[in-house]
Amino acid sequence: MQAKVNPVGEPLQYADVNRDVIRSLTQTGRRYYIALATAFGLTIVCFFFPWFYQLYYGLGAAGMNHPGVWGTYLANFIFWIGLSHSGTLLSCVLHLTNSTWRKAMYRSAEAMTLFSLMVAATFVMVHVGRPWFIHWALPYSNQMELWPNFRSPLLFDVMAIATYLTGSSIFIYMGSIPDFAAARDRTAGWRHHMYVLLSMGWRGTDKEWHRLGWAYTFLAVLIIPLAVSVHSIVSWDFAMSLVPALHQTIFAPYFVVGAIYSGTAGIVTVMFVLRKSMNFEQYITEVHFDNLGKLLLALSLMWTYINIVELFTGWYSGTSAEHEALKFKLFGYYALLYWEMILFCAVAPLLLISTRFRTSLVPMLILSIAINIGMYTERFLIVATSLSRQYLPDAWGLYVPSLVEISILVGSLAMFVTLFLVFVKIFPSVSMYEVKETMGAPGREFSEKGTEPWPKTQ
Amino acid sequence: MSLLDQWRQSWEKYSKPGYYDEFDYAWTMSIDLDKCTGCEACMTACQAENNLPNVGEDEFAQGREIKWIRIERYWVGEYPNIKLGFIPMMCQHCDAAPCETVCPVSATYHNQDGLNTQIYNRCIGTRACAVYCPYEVRYFNFTTHHWDAPLEQQLNPDVTVREKGVMEKCTFCIQRIRQAKDRAKDDGRRRVRDGEVQPACVQTCPSQALVFGDRKDPDSQVSQMIAMEKSRAYRVLEALNTSPSVVYLKKVDDDAS
Repeated sequence: MQAKVNPVGEPLQYADVNRDVIRSLTQTGRRYYIALATAFGLTIVCFFFPWFYQLYYGLGAAGMNHPGVWGTYLANFIFWIGLSHSGTLLSCVLHLTNSTWRKAMYRSAEAMTLFSLMVAATFVMVHVGRPWFIHWALPYSNQMELWPNFRSPLLFDVMAIATYLTGSSIFIYMGSIPDFAAARDRTAGWRHHMYVLLSMGWRGTDKEWHRLGWAYTFLAVLIIPLAVSVHSIVSWDFAMSLVPALHQTIFAPYFVVGAIYSGTAGIVTVMFVLRKSMNFEQYITEVHFDNLGKLLLALSLMWTYINIVELFTGWYSGTSAEHEALKFKLFGYYALLYWEMILFCAVAPLLLISTRFRTSLVPMLILSIAINIGMYTERFLIVATSLSRQYLPDAWGLYVPSLVEISILVGSLAMFVTLFLVFVKIFPSVSMYEVKETMGAPGREFSEKGTEPWPKTQ
Repeated sequence: MSLLDQWRQSWEKYSKPGYYDEFDYAWTMSIDLDKCTGCEACMTACQAENNLPNVGEDEFAQGREIKWIRIERYWVGEYPNIKLGFIPMMCQHCDAAPCETVCPVSATYHNQDGLNTQIYNRCIGTRACAVYCPYEVRYFNFTTHHWDAPLEQQLNPDVTVREKGVMEKCTFCIQRIRQAKDRAKDDGRRRVRDGEVQPACVQTCPSQALVFGDRKDPDSQVSQMIAMEKSRAYRVLEALNTSPSVVYLKKVDDDAS
């Protein structure tokens, strides 16, 4: 880790951290407002207007047909769920393994989780035919004593996502309480009042720190299996069907690995943007990109392996339906997209083997975006290629997304950016107290290892 | 009654063997492919009986037509020894239906007649059932369909008109089955007699290739037919273990090698 210095050239002090991070909350430049206005406007124009039109006209506004009854809306849903995966999961795993490099980036990674989950939940509404009855999928008590169908993987999905959303919101909020308190003490006006509420009377006593640490670790342990289960369950929506090429046991690990893969790439993108736009060069360093690059490399290899297994099981099944689905996937109508996915997600990430690549930021940014484009293609292909070639040749068909669907995809990206932009002005986007833990006690030299925050007492 | 008693009662009711898989009737259709000429009269009859919409040219081109029963065409053999085969395909009313397990709101379920039913009012339109159905016989209402005047006058009052965002499929003309059961009850009979109820497609079939009846009754025409033609009987995609209620009788082809 490179030595951290403040603008005067002295080793970074606690006050510098507070100053830098709280400055990002209180001082808002023109560029921020322009970005926020653009993102919000795009959300309204590209997401909500087409969606309202679709609500009025019916799902015919999208390009879906028989047999392609599932389209990009579902692909978007899986994509956003997948993107949500890495944030909290990575943060939990690294917290439990005591990795110090996590501390500067985990807050924004968790925020990414939260907001992509919200966008994904919106896509459930966009996807279904009658979203005004979506609450019927929830097990609430009603006078008709009607319950949802507990055998349905879609219902497991609703449960899993609701649980994950709750868990990760509590996790990010609880980890931010000391930082809200720090912001409370250094802001004035309406911000001060907001942080008074958000910090819930945090005073920083030993007891409070002890309880926070305990609860934080407890939640971290709780969320790891939750995160793995959520995407396994999303995969069951597909794997529990009888559709050739979807009905495979590899799907749960396939989706989990794919989710963490695209999520980690998403973190790289978000960190690059945060670092540039908010002058966090001191806190988000090449070390972070280096470590995330190693993780991406490992995940890309796992992803490639699972893809090979998927092809192999399809071929080895020996049934004509599976063979047809396989042939269609590799050489059919969507073949170009398939090979693009292989290029972006399996071949290009092999560059990460070089340390120079991992520590150069712009190539990392480009690669991370390419990986997410490839992963989006993967989700689209899972839906589109499999439904196009099922058992009865009479019901074969093709599905091509309509303008409304493409617009809603763009709008969902804008919605994510809008939520994130609002987030960086409310939450300290770098965890102040955990960064301070890596810096050694005040008045001391900056410790290279940074593992001992303060001298041990007793 | 205390809560515990309630629980005990439900436990006794639900744990009785056969509660989940034995039904009052087992409505079955047999389709003799040797008799089927592919005239598509069944499709027309179904359209008239069940208020199927005319989706229009554009929607049809996009592959959004709604036809609860369709004549599937397929090619047999290689050119030049090639033949066109066809097979009527409708909801198979599987006893182990994949669509029923996946619906999150139980809009599709097995009723006491052993039919696979669709409750339009309960459907939220996840379309998962259409994906899970290996026969591709579930049709989604992508828009609300309208009937130009005076066509709305000929809508069947016994059948609902479905709105946008709702899945629909062949019901074995459940409205006719209900009426037959009501008549049987009024006459003081316990069961519907064989031949008393016929779906529209069966009633229309000019070559009488389609036979409908109760498989539980060994003397019914459909049971007799299946028993008699055992060597020709098969069910589509039987390897998937959906145990469909539609039995096809194979076409006897002298030229087949």
